[in-house]
Amino acid sequence: MTIKKMLLASIAVACAAIPVSASAETADKKIALSNNYAGNSWRQAMLTSWDKITKEAVSKGIVAAADPFTTAENQATEQAAQIQNLILQGYDAIVINAASPTALNGAVKEACDAGITVVSFDGIVTEPCAWRIAVDFKAMGESQIDYLAKKMPDGGNLLEIRGLAGVSVDDEIHAGIQAGVEKNSKFKLVGSVNGDWAQDVAQRAVAGILPSLPEVAAVVTQGGDGYGAAQAFAAANRPTPTIVMGNREDELVWWKQQKDASGYETMSVSIAPGVSTLAFWVAQQILDGKDVKKDLVVPFLRIDQENLEANLENTEKGGVANVEYSLEDAQKVIGAAM
Amino acid sequence: MKLSSGTVRMIIPAVSLAVLLSAVFYMQPRAMSYTGLNLLFNLAVPIALATIAQMLIMAVNDLDLSMGTFVSFAACVTATFLQSSPFVGLLILIGAIAVYAAMGVIIYLRELPSIVVTLGMSFVWAGLAVLLLPSPGGSAPDWARALMTSKPPVVPMAIVASVVIAAVTHFLVMRSSFGVLIRGVGGNSRSVERAGWSVIGIRAATYALAGLFAVLAGIALVGLTTAADANIALRYTLLSIAGVILGGGEFVGGRVSPVGAVIGALTLTLAGSFLSFMRISPDWQIGAQGAILIVVLGLRLFLNRLEKREKNR
Repeated sequence: MTIKKMLLASIAVACAAIPVSASAETADKKIALSNNYAGNSWRQAMLTSWDKITKEAVSKGIVAAADPFTTAENQATEQAAQIQNLILQGYDAIVINAASPTALNGAVKEACDAGITVVSFDGIVTEPCAWRIAVDFKAMGESQIDYLAKKMPDGGNLLEIRGLAGVSVDDEIHAGIQAGVEKNSKFKLVGSVNGDWAQDVAQRAVAGILPSLPEVAAVVTQGGDGYGAAQAFAAANRPTPTIVMGNREDELVWWKQQKDASGYETMSVSIAPGVSTLAFWVAQQILDGKDVKKDLVVPFLRIDQENLEANLENTEKGGVANVEYSLEDAQKVIGAAM
Repeated sequence: MKLSSGTVRMIIPAVSLAVLLSAVFYMQPRAMSYTGLNLLFNLAVPIALATIAQMLIMAVNDLDLSMGTFVSFAACVTATFLQSSPFVGLLILIGAIAVYAAMGVIIYLRELPSIVVTLGMSFVWAGLAVLLLPSPGGSAPDWARALMTSKPPVVPMAIVASVVIAAVTHFLVMRSSFGVLIRGVGGNSRSVERAGWSVIGIRAATYALAGLFAVLAGIALVGLTTAADANIALRYTLLSIAGVILGGGEFVGGRVSPVGAVIGALTLTLAGSFLSFMRISPDWQIGAQGAILIVVLGLRLFLNRLEKREKNR
């Protein structure tokens, strides 16, 4: 048995060693996922999506392996060590969700120097030799105002719930919202609080600022804070404004209840955890010899009044609305950047 | 032939490193090369420097819980001021070392527990680091980058650096008269005082030296990562303490071994790689890391007891 296995293994190695002809193939390529954190519903969904899509790809023989690695602690030094280990393990591509945009650059450079393709997503790295799949968070913020401008041509007062202070994502979404307000001068930001992307924090923050606010027509958010805002408005006995949601299951459930009860209308937008699978396909395409721009933009996942039910059905309890990307989706994203 | 207790102390860390290393080589033959060794050990260089710093503090019977945040702070200074205006950066780092010396004096004069003082200072360092670099960034000074990515002939940088650190600190702590005084303060500070030495001065110098090594750790780390963030080295507090203990040091009594501390730091780094090569799920990795520590420490305790029994005979 073991001898047979060893024979098979050596045949496999021999096959891998034979230089393939001009038509590039990725059947013998190994891709690794280096992930820095697995402690919330979004990351869990991200890992599940990776598992689902890559297992299929491996069984179809598109790639030889696609193993996920998560560091035990969310620390840049630990992830740098992990990336260096992955280099030693002979992976052809490393897909990274990085603990820090800069602190991994040394390890990423080592990987590039060893001829390894590095694709970063969500938590991207700034090292120029790596590919980046970034979310256009600014456009995500702007799209909220665009939606509201269409829904309320007369404009109104806006309350903004921001995320965790000092994090780049918060700055970018905020910049998008500001740009949108400048474009649509009928809207006015009357208040801004930090909700830290958590329902309980958002609820406390909104409840604190509400007594000082005039009538609020709409609440712009960053995700993970819409349900808390709704609760705060209800507790203060104020009319529920249009609250933009962030694809969390509790937010969608609340929206559905309001929709059924009173025809409440809003939209929901966030980044899908399945973006890990997009990064996988992009890495596969680069290994396949395709010419891919270093900076790609991932579309964000938007839920509207019409497709609320369908999305809610696919969302796990306590989870986040998700999409998994296919090879074709990846090719579209790559093509769009050309 | 009988082994002296000193030799046994030296042998156990070296043996555990050798065992781990051969296991890694067995699992991943690719590691058995110039680049392989460098990749395995280059991140151990800043940890080794931080471990030496911790060892100096432990040599005078104290414990530094601010090591991780201080190295992060030093890394942030390196990636910002030391890079853009080296003179100001140097002044800040010298100032930080002076604060370390003052810490040593205050802990002694006011008879404060070092754990409390350093824990408090850790928040100060963390705050300063966030002030310097509110969001991750900065860039490494060219000389630090060049030093950490240098490719000396035959032996990779990580190994050369480890040997140099071990040799220099061995000379400093085990061979120089200053080193004897440091260990003397840890062993019996009263007799050092009676012999006419200023314990305050020795402690201040020891803390300053520890600060210097921690600063070097920060610089080495930035040289490897090319940039810093305020939380970059938080793990170093526990890693440095574990490294000293693994390397044969004791919490009290001034019993430390610089060579052992460097080996301890290398062993800890290697343990992480070993677990990753074993494909142990991350949920179990922290536990497995702890298990490795317990096995090595248990082995040492066992040998210590054996050695004591032989002495009594």
